[in-house]
Amino acid sequence: MFRDAALVAGKDLRIEWRSHVTTNQVAPFAVLVLILFAFALDPDRDVLQRATAGLFWIAILFSAVLAVQRAFALEAADGNRDALRLSGLSPAGIFLGKAGAIALELAALEVLLGIGVAVLYNTTWSGWLLLITTSVVATIGLAAAGSLYGVLAAGLRVRETLLPLLFLPVVAPVLLGATRAFEAALDQSPADGWSWVTLLTTFAVIYVAFGVLAFGSLLEES
Amino acid sequence: MTESVAAVPAHTGSRSTRLLGLATLAGIAVVLVLALAVTGPDKVQGDAARLIYLHVPVAISMNVGFGLCTLGSVMWLWKRSRWWDTVAVSAAEVGLVFTGLTLVTGMVWGRPTWGVYWTWDARLTTFSLLFLLYLGYLVVRRLPADVEVRNRRSAYVALLAFVDVPIVYLSVSWWRGLHQEATLSLSTTISGLMLFTLVLGIAVASMGFLWLLVHRFRVAWLEDEVEIAGLDLAITERRAEAASVEVPA
Repeated sequence: MFRDAALVAGKDLRIEWRSHVTTNQVAPFAVLVLILFAFALDPDRDVLQRATAGLFWIAILFSAVLAVQRAFALEAADGNRDALRLSGLSPAGIFLGKAGAIALELAALEVLLGIGVAVLYNTTWSGWLLLITTSVVATIGLAAAGSLYGVLAAGLRVRETLLPLLFLPVVAPVLLGATRAFEAALDQSPADGWSWVTLLTTFAVIYVAFGVLAFGSLLEES
Repeated sequence: MTESVAAVPAHTGSRSTRLLGLATLAGIAVVLVLALAVTGPDKVQGDAARLIYLHVPVAISMNVGFGLCTLGSVMWLWKRSRWWDTVAVSAAEVGLVFTGLTLVTGMVWGRPTWGVYWTWDARLTTFSLLFLLYLGYLVVRRLPADVEVRNRRSAYVALLAFVDVPIVYLSVSWWRGLHQEATLSLSTTISGLMLFTLVLGIAVASMGFLWLLVHRFRVAWLEDEVEIAGLDLAITERRAEAASVEVPA
């Protein structure tokens, strides 16, 4: 299962590396969202600095929608879905591979946006241990839930509009938890943030387990 | 093929559902009289508290609806029976209507008690997310697909939404603190005629819910019948077409 996962994740990341879609389209989009927030809010009165945590995770959430769409658009073309099904790879492995690749792309985006908010919003990052733990578990949760809805929507004509409607309400707790944990870290009071990490971990565990069990069945359809 | 068309009933009512419907209407009338005229106003909230006779009953039915949707989805995955699938979709649809009612009555109640229509209170926020989650379920349900594919897809969406509900609730309660204690304690001090009205309200709302559910179930069942029969009909017509062509000697 894990060997299959590594194969699928390696394939996806190689495609991203060569096609530059994530680096040339998704990453600039995420930065653009940060800039648009500055237009919408008042950039001079510390509003952005106070809202950093929330804006950061909103940008990540929107980018996650794009990353998931991209990851499953790859499989939709030229009967790749059937090829994947016939490949003999274990479905759980395919799920972990797809989710793993999405998680790594999101992690790279988080680093980029982390630098982005430090520069654009003048935010000083602190509480590194909490920040990194939160990012890791939140990203795993987003990638796992995203892969489940991604494969569900992949074969459909309405996938672009359906995915956000299904995915975003489900990951609302991730946005909430990650934002609160980041705020705690930025306020130099990391003790308040760890309970949110527990919640994010629960979310990640549930959706990873769901994916490992149900992905095969979801891949079968359409 | 004409007999299969003739076998389709003209409406979804039956003697028992008509009785149930009449009983519900009578119940609504009784609850209205009790809630608006007979019971007195609440000491703290005044007349606004009368909304409890509507808000709490529809909220309970809403929970039953989503519970049934989950049960139906699990049972479909287990037994693959069309019956359970139809239960799941009907319960979700009726449940969604009741969620809408819960949100609207909650907002109308919130205005005089909290001063605003909407407050980011834990339950209100959870219900609004629940509404969106099950809206997504019904959207997936409506996508054109094979009956089997559609059923599996929607069963998984229902389960994915269901496992999210406790996490949503937990996260939102940590975020906002629990439901306003004042509104909760109202129901613990309630007694006598008010309690009777509330319990009757719950019973009537459940009857209304059941009535809608049964009808929605029958419509959904017939829709699937049409789909299945439609395919058979098309095949028979095509065969008849082929047979009618005379092959020249």
